[in-house]
Amino acid sequence: MSTTTNTDSRAREKAPAGEKIADWADGRLGIYSLAKSNMRKIFPDHWSFMLGEVCLYSFIIIILTGVYLTLFFHPSMNEVTYHGSYVPLQGQLMSEAFNSTMHISFDVRGGLLIRQIHHWAALIFLAAMFVHMMRVFFTGAFRKPREVNWLFGFLLFVLGMFTGFTGYSLPDDLLSGTGVRFMEGAVLSVPIVGTYLSFFLFGGEFPGGDFVARFYSIHILLLPGIMLGLVVGHLILVFYHKHTQFAGPGKTNNNVVGMPLLPVYMAKAGGFFFLVFGVIAAVAAIASINPIWAMGPYRPDMVSTGAQPDWYMGFSEGLIRVMPGWEINVWGHTLVLGVFIPLIIFPLVLVAIAVYPFIESWVTGDKSEHHILDRPRNVPTRTAFGAAWISWYFVLLVGGGNDIWATHFHLSINSITWFVRVGFFVVPVLVFIATKRVCLGLQRRDRDKVLHGRESGIIKRLPHGEFVEIHEPLSQDALHTLTAHEQYVPAAIGATVDENGVERKVKGSEKLRAKLSEAYYGEDSQIPKPTVEEYKEITSGHGHH
Amino acid sequence: MKKLSTRRRHPLAAVVVLLLALAATGGLYAAFAPASKAQADESAQSLAIDEGKKLYAVGCASCHGTGGQGSSDAPSLVGVGSAAVDFQVGTGRMPAQQPGAQIPAKKVIYSQAEIDQLAAYIASLGAGPVIPTKNEYGPEGSDIAKGGELFRTNCAQCHNFTGKGGALTHGKFAPSLEGVAPKHIYEAMQTGPQNMPSFPDTTLSSKNKKDIIAYLNAVNGDNTESPGGLELGGLGPVSEGLFAWIFGLGALIAVAVWVAARTAKAKKS
Repeated sequence: MSTTTNTDSRAREKAPAGEKIADWADGRLGIYSLAKSNMRKIFPDHWSFMLGEVCLYSFIIIILTGVYLTLFFHPSMNEVTYHGSYVPLQGQLMSEAFNSTMHISFDVRGGLLIRQIHHWAALIFLAAMFVHMMRVFFTGAFRKPREVNWLFGFLLFVLGMFTGFTGYSLPDDLLSGTGVRFMEGAVLSVPIVGTYLSFFLFGGEFPGGDFVARFYSIHILLLPGIMLGLVVGHLILVFYHKHTQFAGPGKTNNNVVGMPLLPVYMAKAGGFFFLVFGVIAAVAAIASINPIWAMGPYRPDMVSTGAQPDWYMGFSEGLIRVMPGWEINVWGHTLVLGVFIPLIIFPLVLVAIAVYPFIESWVTGDKSEHHILDRPRNVPTRTAFGAAWISWYFVLLVGGGNDIWATHFHLSINSITWFVRVGFFVVPVLVFIATKRVCLGLQRRDRDKVLHGRESGIIKRLPHGEFVEIHEPLSQDALHTLTAHEQYVPAAIGATVDENGVERKVKGSEKLRAKLSEAYYGEDSQIPKPTVEEYKEITSGHGHH
Repeated sequence: MKKLSTRRRHPLAAVVVLLLALAATGGLYAAFAPASKAQADESAQSLAIDEGKKLYAVGCASCHGTGGQGSSDAPSLVGVGSAAVDFQVGTGRMPAQQPGAQIPAKKVIYSQAEIDQLAAYIASLGAGPVIPTKNEYGPEGSDIAKGGELFRTNCAQCHNFTGKGGALTHGKFAPSLEGVAPKHIYEAMQTGPQNMPSFPDTTLSSKNKKDIIAYLNAVNGDNTESPGGLELGGLGPVSEGLFAWIFGLGALIAVAVWVAARTAKAKKS
């Protein structure tokens, strides 16, 4: 007994330092079993799967730079006189928040660069989340079992928007102050409780002396804390569900084809982090963002043209800008519909895309697990819906920047506003129809390619004078990829008469569902993929043209 | 004194007073009247007016009327003053190329001497704001920070924070103030051209105008530096958002494609 222990400890002494540390950690944290099950975890390779990584890394960059900024920022609205190094603001009265941001920008070593990295990373973070979300949407990666993770991601996007908004408001400059005023106006438009809410939020009459300090704790503590938790949950679920993959030879619903987490994926991901940091730092070093010195300190009696929020809030700006200024008076109270209706539509725009997965699973009745991604063309209705939503969002962005469009394209701002008013209803419908047609066209093309091969561009003249183009048959791999998708039949209303001949009542929701299902998988919504028999018939020699 | 006051109701007293007044006026006139050189200036002035009138008849009368009285196509020029002419013609806005929501600045086709002649003619139609002297718009004694405050209070709502311009209704716009001569900025404030409100000295003192000009020169002049790098037009979040999407996310996606394309293929084959 004692000898074995001795040899054991002697063996351990001889072991390399790394192993010793690993042993030490395993005895306390159980890392061996964790590592054994996760080190060989497989991640598939596709550039679009790295969009989520861009989000994660820009989030980390934002946190790192944000910590640096908190060292110098004073979240206070006390009035001070500016005596820093920027001449055109000398002697101006401003809040301490603005003053300290000026100090960061001009007098703290590396302060302006860090500020710009922080802000650029925030814009890129939101943009990356948007594109990542659209990747997940168009490939159907939100389907079972990943619905919860879709919601986590959606919440991250929305929280990111509000974290961005509160951060953008902190310097208390004229641009962001106008944005806060805008928000106050929206809060005021809420019937009955609006004024109370506004007074509660600002600690009295706008702007008061509180909102910077309040936004500060929301911006650096509350929202990022929740987001960090959601990010961890999001990643745990990605691990738990395993990553989805595109259809291809050897890839099934029950496996994942790709590279192991260690070492390949870790090396790639780690390297990618530095590339992301590098790109964002380069952008921040090249281009100015939010030059608060040019905007000056906020004063409620001042305003500038071109006062827009950062891009992710732009659609809310668009809603307000194009909404007619309707107002009604009821029993001596004013209801400002011109602001209140946009305030209602604002969350609905986002919710429309968030609830889509649940609507789709209800309509299609598809409750099975999916780990193979869809090609967008093979799900025309979903793709058309997504494209319509993006166009809707974009139309609102145009509305939010209507003045910039007007000056740069020499248009009348009123015409743009009217275009957006009409486009809000019409453009998504047109885009939906067009996208669906394009998807069906692409499906036909795929079918053609499978049955007749690839057009080689070589024209051959037959002995009797006819010209034909030579089609090259596709490889087995390509054939598999093009025909791997499942095609569903519309869910019909079940038997209305049971075995005893008793009629049952068909509920309205059932009818609606059958109709929608028909729209999803009906004859007009998918091109039947080629069957093995069709392929054999055509490639068996006769009938080739 | 007593003697004088007892005679103040004398029938000839009024005549005496009148004579005294005339003598004083004449004497004062003799003392202060412009010298003969000024007489020459006077004729130069009337010469300028004559020349201006000829230029006016060719370039302006078709819209503004033969006597500057205006027409259905253009406003009356009586009382707009020489400053308005110097601004409109000096920035190339007038003569207008075509009617529209707003007449844009373009290449100046008159020489400064001709513009002065036109201005003299228009000024002769009725009193109005006068072309400012260099003293009035020059940088001496101006307060840049005060100018910034005034600019943000009075100008930024149309011209943007640093005078990059902005949109108005129905195709009208507040033009960019980049590269606009200080004299023209002063005249614009003084006269309120086209869609711009005017800021006469009673609203915005001459000193205030000078401060605003100095501020613009500091933040939107030839020597203005952008401490943060490319200014992206100075238009705020719209251009920043576009830049973030195209160059920020665009570059990152390009990098992602590059990384994804470099997989450990050696082991596979």
